[in-house]
Amino acid sequence: MFFTSKMKLSDVLISNHSLVLTLQRFKIELGFGEKTVAEVCRLNSIDPQFFLLICNVYSDSHYLPTEEEIAHTDMSGLLPYLIASHNYYLCERIPHIEQHLNRIADACKPNHKGILLRFFGEYKNEVQNHFLYEEKTVFPYIVSLCDNRKSEGYSINQFEENHSNIEDKLEDLTNILIKYLPGDIMPKERISLLFDLFQLSSDLNTHALIEDKILIPYVESLENKTAAQ
Amino acid sequence: MKTKVFLIEKSPIVTAGFCQMLQENAQFDVDATADTMDRIAERLIVVKPDIIVLNPQLIDNSKLFTFRSLFQDLPNVPIIALVYNYFDSQVLKHFDGMVEIDDNLPKIVSKLTEALESASGHSESPDIYDLSDRERAVLIKLAKGMTNKAIATDMHLSVHTIITHRKNIVKKTGIKSIAGLTVYAMLNNLIEE
Repeated sequence: MFFTSKMKLSDVLISNHSLVLTLQRFKIELGFGEKTVAEVCRLNSIDPQFFLLICNVYSDSHYLPTEEEIAHTDMSGLLPYLIASHNYYLCERIPHIEQHLNRIADACKPNHKGILLRFFGEYKNEVQNHFLYEEKTVFPYIVSLCDNRKSEGYSINQFEENHSNIEDKLEDLTNILIKYLPGDIMPKERISLLFDLFQLSSDLNTHALIEDKILIPYVESLENKTAAQ
Repeated sequence: MKTKVFLIEKSPIVTAGFCQMLQENAQFDVDATADTMDRIAERLIVVKPDIIVLNPQLIDNSKLFTFRSLFQDLPNVPIIALVYNYFDSQVLKHFDGMVEIDDNLPKIVSKLTEALESASGHSESPDIYDLSDRERAVLIKLAKGMTNKAIATDMHLSVHTIITHRKNIVKKTGIKSIAGLTVYAMLNNLIEE
């Protein structure tokens, strides 16, 4: 483990600034002074082990928790964490990016404006459907497993197979803004939008890692438990 | 003739082990070794290796992302990372492959072979980033929503050829989705609507 529960939370955040994004998802408010990870987690009723698991995936893309680590961690916070991430992407980041893009598109020729907005509209739909599938199909299945109910005809393998890629189009948009949109169109706004895209793209990557390295192994262990009964 | 490997590694133990292992293999031969990156460009001209195995730890921190410029005299020689510490994937992606310290001989040989094969594939298509006329024609049809098969029939080419064109288009533009390619085509005035 890179981070320990005895570290000051402020030190953890400063050592990896992208972890600031997780606070809102854990419903941790800023202003925690010199408190350690353990203290802040206790005050917010978060399992510190789970909090550290997320922090470690964020800090090292090669980090893979062991089966024991997953078995000994209270995972009740996982689905709320993932849903809060979805909400952040859909209700905050994507609308923010859309506003930027709208202003840039307004400065383009009408046919270019049309195609840019249509492209982003499609992307938004794709992301919405991706999250909707998880929240309406995958997460209820996990809840039923936790309640020791078997649901017939579904397994986490299907999720792995159908897990669509929502990062490609974001990279495409980044390339278009850097390389192909004429240089005189809103240069300042474009640079600011590029930063937003880089940040969203890297956070979505980590989000996918959390699903691959924590969610899927965890659900597989639940499935094995249910099957053994 | 054996494929000449140039090993750049600091640890004498690892160097000796690597050379010993590859001796058991008919295809590769460690032709030269170095334990530092100092004056590496000069050594390269003399050694003329077919493939380079390099421990990324030897690269100066400030050059982690630009180290390939040191090897620019041999642009088609693949460089494989020899890794036994954690390295950021952002660094490793500048290599053409990765050998890990616990890899066995068959694994090492297959990784080196793979890197050589894909390097020779690269040299067939030189570093031209502008789309060729053929690629542009394929792109326009893709942007119009045609399938690989329809494009193949239309252009009297095999589906396989169309897929190769598509791969090159993605490699050159960095754009993966059809929707993104449509935007590209429009911004470059290749299509109207």
